[in-house]
Amino acid sequence: MKKITIDPITRLEGHGKIEIFLNDDGEVGNVYFQVPELRGFEKFCEGRPVEELPAITAKICGVCPGCHHMASGKAVDAVFGVEPPPTAKKLRELFYMAHFVHSHTAHFYALAAPDFVVGPTAEKAQRNILGVIEKVGKEIGTEVIKQRRRAQEIQALLGGHQTFVVMNIPGGVRKGLQDNERDDIVDKAKGFVDFALFSIKVFEDFVLSNKEYVNLILNGPYSLKLHSMGLVDKDNKVNFYDGKVRVVDTEGKEMYKYSPREYLDFVAEHVEPWSYLKFPYLKKIGWKGFIDGQNSGLYHATPLSQLNAADGMATPLAQKEYEKMYNTLGGKPVHATLAMHWARLVELLYSAERLLELATDPDITGKDLRAQLGAIPGEGVGIVEAQRGTLTHHYRTDEKGIVTKVNLIVGTTNNNAPICMSIKKAAEGFIRKGVRVTDGVLNMIEMAFRAYDPCFSCATHSLPGQMPMILEIRSSDGELLQQIVRD
Amino acid sequence: MEESKSKLKLAVYWAAACGGCCVSVLDVHEKLFDVVAAADLVFWPIALDTKYSGIEAMPNKYIDLTLFNGAVRNSENEHMAKLLRNKSKILVAYGSCAHMGGIPGLANFTSKEEILSRVYNESESVINPENVRPVPEYEVKEGILDIPQFYNDVRALSQVVDVDYIIPGCPPQTERLLEVFTAIVSGAELPQKGSVVGAGIKAQCDDCVRKKSENKKIKKFYRPWEIIDDGVTCFLEQGVLCMGPATRAGCGHRCIKGNAPCRGCYGPPPGAADPGAKMMSAIASVIDEKEPEEISRIIEDIADPAGLFYRFSLPVSLIRRKVM
Amino acid sequence: MEFEPRIIAFLCNWCSYTGADLAGTSRITYKANVRAIRLMCSGRIEPSFVLRAFAKGADGVLLCGCHPGDCHYQEGNYRCLRRYKLLQKYIRQVGIEPERLKLEWISASEGKQFADLVNSFTETIRDLGPCKIQKTMQVLT
Ligand code: SF4
Ligand code: SF4
Ligand code: SF4
Ligand code: FES
Repeated sequence: MKKITIDPITRLEGHGKIEIFLNDDGEVGNVYFQVPELRGFEKFCEGRPVEELPAITAKICGVCPGCHHMASGKAVDAVFGVEPPPTAKKLRELFYMAHFVHSHTAHFYALAAPDFVVGPTAEKAQRNILGVIEKVGKEIGTEVIKQRRRAQEIQALLGGHQTFVVMNIPGGVRKGLQDNERDDIVDKAKGFVDFALFSIKVFEDFVLSNKEYVNLILNGPYSLKLHSMGLVDKDNKVNFYDGKVRVVDTEGKEMYKYSPREYLDFVAEHVEPWSYLKFPYLKKIGWKGFIDGQNSGLYHATPLSQLNAADGMATPLAQKEYEKMYNTLGGKPVHATLAMHWARLVELLYSAERLLELATDPDITGKDLRAQLGAIPGEGVGIVEAQRGTLTHHYRTDEKGIVTKVNLIVGTTNNNAPICMSIKKAAEGFIRKGVRVTDGVLNMIEMAFRAYDPCFSCATHSLPGQMPMILEIRSSDGELLQQIVRD
Repeated sequence: MEESKSKLKLAVYWAAACGGCCVSVLDVHEKLFDVVAAADLVFWPIALDTKYSGIEAMPNKYIDLTLFNGAVRNSENEHMAKLLRNKSKILVAYGSCAHMGGIPGLANFTSKEEILSRVYNESESVINPENVRPVPEYEVKEGILDIPQFYNDVRALSQVVDVDYIIPGCPPQTERLLEVFTAIVSGAELPQKGSVVGAGIKAQCDDCVRKKSENKKIKKFYRPWEIIDDGVTCFLEQGVLCMGPATRAGCGHRCIKGNAPCRGCYGPPPGAADPGAKMMSAIASVIDEKEPEEISRIIEDIADPAGLFYRFSLPVSLIRRKVM
Repeated sequence: MEFEPRIIAFLCNWCSYTGADLAGTSRITYKANVRAIRLMCSGRIEPSFVLRAFAKGADGVLLCGCHPGDCHYQEGNYRCLRRYKLLQKYIRQVGIEPERLKLEWISASEGKQFADLVNSFTETIRDLGPCKIQKTMQVLT
């Protein structure tokens, strides 16, 4: 059997490695997607005062620290059995929307767009953000940088530290918002709405108007039928900060809807000896292995799955785009992996609109920032929807609020098995006997996981990385037959 | 990236890191163009596609300056640390993890076995009746799969290879990085090997924005949620533990500006090797009590001294891990 | 081989060290396990001294200063007391038995008390066995 190693994979956040085994006919025998890292936050958070965890767990990931800070803040509130006052809650969500604008913008333009705007098999030297800028014009490139920076400024304003926010304190937030600061945010939020609409336009112009791409999205080897998970509000509309987790099956029918504290009844994790990253699945169905379809125990937790799991968007413009997406792609649910990019843009628009809503809410400059704390009940779960999937933090403490147990199921981890399978499908679709495995082919395989915007820094509570890729094709006795180097 | 002979060859690499350090390098924003004008980035996984094999192929000391972030947690981290040491003229420990072990270094309060057992066996959500654990080498029916070996101890970069300079912070302030970079490019005389660069030479408290009196006196410590912070008075004076006295200045009081006490990511101030020891003497000076029982009662409220005093620095502290 | 505890004693020059001296000149015998380090005041005993002693292989650390109210520098011994309490809490967390660190007030005239203290502390440490921290310092991969 020949072995193809893609190590490390690129344009994602985190270490990952793909092993493709070819059988003697030169066809894909099996594919393994391995995550090589672990840091052990679950263990070393034990013994820490629980109020320190929003800051400590934020260091799981320097790319999406805000998600951990929020999930952790909510878990800590639950440990104390309190709800933050309305102003505090809205400030947190305000921060969180800025975090989404920043992250989704970065992913779309820097990581995803090169594949579409520049082209999946374009010259590798072009297939990056600079190539995108060249295609769409420098003016637009500058605009992207500006909008991302503005979203960052909002985060820094509310969160203190520019990278690692220090916003959350049990029962609320440490810092309120002044009127003039609010005005500035309103201003920026309006810009984000325009920018999100513009980004959707870019997607339409470069992707949707190109028949080849649409064909690739719909009919390429990029479809994986799994159940869909996502956070929804009381009206079953998409929400990132708060609500219940809803899971719909491959046909779009509701399977479960659960509160954070019930998560253990619905999700379990499987361990494989060849990866440090665990494989979550739906507990009631059980671990059925790496299979797709209605009988599978696996689910997606991505922007697309969240849209699949919800009944719509809570803001008007995003709702319109949501409908348009499903109309174009043939109704709900959608299982095309590459449609995740589109879903991400619908979410970008929602974040911008929601940000504006919150910034203009009279409560937002309120002075009531912290709830009165009572006794410490000692256990709490906090769930938010992170950019890369549903994020769960679960803490137990002693009666003084010292942490005794921590459990984490982070965004990307949810998608571990689906990523493995998507890569395999793509590899099977593109690597066939007689086909020379070129850099373009490799990139088409990588596109399968890039759609997930995976962050293995988070997933393994480990390290990130956009890594170079070396692909080696070996014969069964290990002889190197072909080496492809991406640079 | 075009390479030219006259330009500085720069590399940035992460080991057991969170990505925040690389983001801090990216946060030079438009100044990235100045950096690129003065230096060739020969290796920077977050932005470029240079390969491991590309590094292996470089002659020794080929890279002028490497910013290494992240702790050394597994065999791959160690390998890369050694490789980059050989290939670099100047190796900088960039950020708290590389400098002192950082947050991942808190794992030295536990052991490899405890971590693996928690993650793969005891975790509330794991179902693993056959007690499967990830192993460095595993044979599947198609062949062999390997992953790096997970170590028992977390180490800082200087505990694995020789380090030339340290830029502290979690992550370092981007402006400080630019200052250091500009100095190197301009050919300024380099400080003594082993120096901390890109940070202050005093303690946080010395130029802290919060109001403080000459004679701090503390009768009781509070957890941050037990008081309503007035937003202006020194945290320590309000009875909330703040690592300011045992932390090097230079971050711009970022957490303090967010109304949170300092947690010490910039490491100990000059002259203090061990931040925890420094913090213990600082606290001992401000506790306003002479009776042994009363002192014990006051100290009782310091919930997690080891985890606070060594939040970022356990692997390089005098007692660098918990006795197992 | 029988375990012989290694004990480091930090002694204040004015009281405790003189007390230890007195024990010697009065020919009061006490265990030879103690290596004494003289400081001007117990307030000069930095927490890092204690931690370094353990890291370098001490099985027990003894801190001695003047009795409350007798410190030549007013408050030094109180500072020492507070540092000692903090250190005890800290070393417990990293797995060193707090009994391995002891603070006593010894005046210049208390030669006998000093000898008794050394003897009993040596026995305490003998019962505890060797301190494991030095071994911990070896990095395990
Ligand atoms: S020092 Fe901080 S920002 Fe840098 S890698 Fe470590 S945790 Fe992340
Ligand atoms: S203890 Fe903290 S709040 Fe007080 S002066 Fe020092 S750094 Fe500032
Ligand atoms: S205030 Fe302290 S913990 Fe926060 S960034 Fe500065 S040095 Fe680091
Ligand atoms: S002089 Fe003896 S304790 Fe201060």
